[in-house]
Amino acid sequence: MSIEKEILIDVQDLHKSFGSIDVLKGVNAQIRRGDVMVVIGPSGSGKSTFLRCLNLLEDPTGGKVFFEGVDITAPKTNIDRHRQKMGMVFQQFNLFPHMTILKNMTIAPMKLLGKSKAEAEAKAMELLTRVGLADRANAYPSQLSGGQKQRIAIVRALCMDPEVMLFDEPTSALDPEMVGEVLEVMKELAHDGMTMVVVTHEMGFAREVGTEVVFIDDGVILEQAAPNEFFSNPKHPRLKDFLSKVL
Amino acid sequence: MAQWFENLWNGIQLWAADFAAEFELNFIKGNRWKWLLDGLQNTLVITFFALLLGIALGVVIAVIRSTYDKNGETMKRRGGIGYVLLKIANVICNIYLTVIRGTPMVVQLMIMYFVVFASSNNSIMVAVIAFGINSGAYVAEIFRSGIMAIDKGQFEAGRSLGFNYIQTMWYIVVPQMFKVVLPTLCNEFIVLIKETSVAGYVGIMDLTKAGELITGRTFSYFMPLIAVAIIYLILVVILTRLVGLLERRLRKSEH
Repeated sequence: MSIEKEILIDVQDLHKSFGSIDVLKGVNAQIRRGDVMVVIGPSGSGKSTFLRCLNLLEDPTGGKVFFEGVDITAPKTNIDRHRQKMGMVFQQFNLFPHMTILKNMTIAPMKLLGKSKAEAEAKAMELLTRVGLADRANAYPSQLSGGQKQRIAIVRALCMDPEVMLFDEPTSALDPEMVGEVLEVMKELAHDGMTMVVVTHEMGFAREVGTEVVFIDDGVILEQAAPNEFFSNPKHPRLKDFLSKVL
Repeated sequence: MAQWFENLWNGIQLWAADFAAEFELNFIKGNRWKWLLDGLQNTLVITFFALLLGIALGVVIAVIRSTYDKNGETMKRRGGIGYVLLKIANVICNIYLTVIRGTPMVVQLMIMYFVVFASSNNSIMVAVIAFGINSGAYVAEIFRSGIMAIDKGQFEAGRSLGFNYIQTMWYIVVPQMFKVVLPTLCNEFIVLIKETSVAGYVGIMDLTKAGELITGRTFSYFMPLIAVAIIYLILVVILTRLVGLLERRLRKSEH
């Protein structure tokens, strides 16, 4: 195990409730640099909420999240600065429909990192080439297919040079034939050593790319293991039950 | 039959002569057409600047109100001065909306002119402020509904890239909001142009007042009033066309 790797995100006793509904009931997790943590679980289990608490898109009701050693849940923390280093990819892509692809990718580096237009565009074009969409740079999001949109969403986040990428069910809204192209990009990203936290239903991806697989049910982590162990030797009865249904 | 046509022809000639005389009396004589032109200019100036003021006020108020509606709960839980300020701002906005939308424009205009700015003799400026503040209240609600209509994911995408709240609003939400509200906003502008016709109450010679002055001199009503109505109509048609063009350009990103 990679105990010597630096802890990038440290989640301590995370709680989140919406009104009277407790969604997260004390989650502890460490994500180390270079990890690909895949989070699985039944719908409504709190796995998306867990992910969204990592960059404070959801405000935790209890517990702490440390990012690079800084408690980002502390009220005084400037969360915007930390979010710049935490790329996020959504189920619904969330590209900006009023901007071209290139603008989608360059606006944040230009406005937030102070990059020049030329610099930002060069980086964007390089990334677009990597995902095979360089010819769509001047298209608008509505002109793209779902798979293309999601690949753009991934490289848009990469334009900020993030330390970690958070994926919230990135393939769940895609037509089946487009799932592959998005997973391919994510695999490459993992190969390049990107730290990733991925909420997904793609068990194949979890097994093949994950370094850690986490099973969340009813707001707590019930099991966490390396993929081989996780899939071949599940211990918790709820996980066994879950795997028997999805595999 | 021939007699009938002759009568008709004579009638038309008489009417034409009458029309020409009326036209001459109402518009040519004493250069009265210039009154209309001056009035039109004042109407346009008041409308244009009131519009800018209204949009500026509207954006600010809409952002404050929608921020409070969407994020008030979270901010309350986290506490701090931000929430207190937001709450105060929201209360002020609500009072503003209630008062402005609950009282007639003419009354607001007269209060502005005779009470608030009693010492000012720049009546055009006072009118701009009065109409701008009035329009701002309606525009604010239009913008707020527009902001609420933007998908939450857009906002989250902006925040997750590292934009702060205001930047996300400015670069991502507000541009999309404008597109959503454009037809409604256009409607509000049309209302505003016509609403400036009460500017005469505080002694401004706007288009309507100019028409009124002419009728006062010539004692004929038909021609000056119809002329004024036609000018308003042309303005509104032009504005509608322009907004249509703009809408088509904005829609480019949707094809």
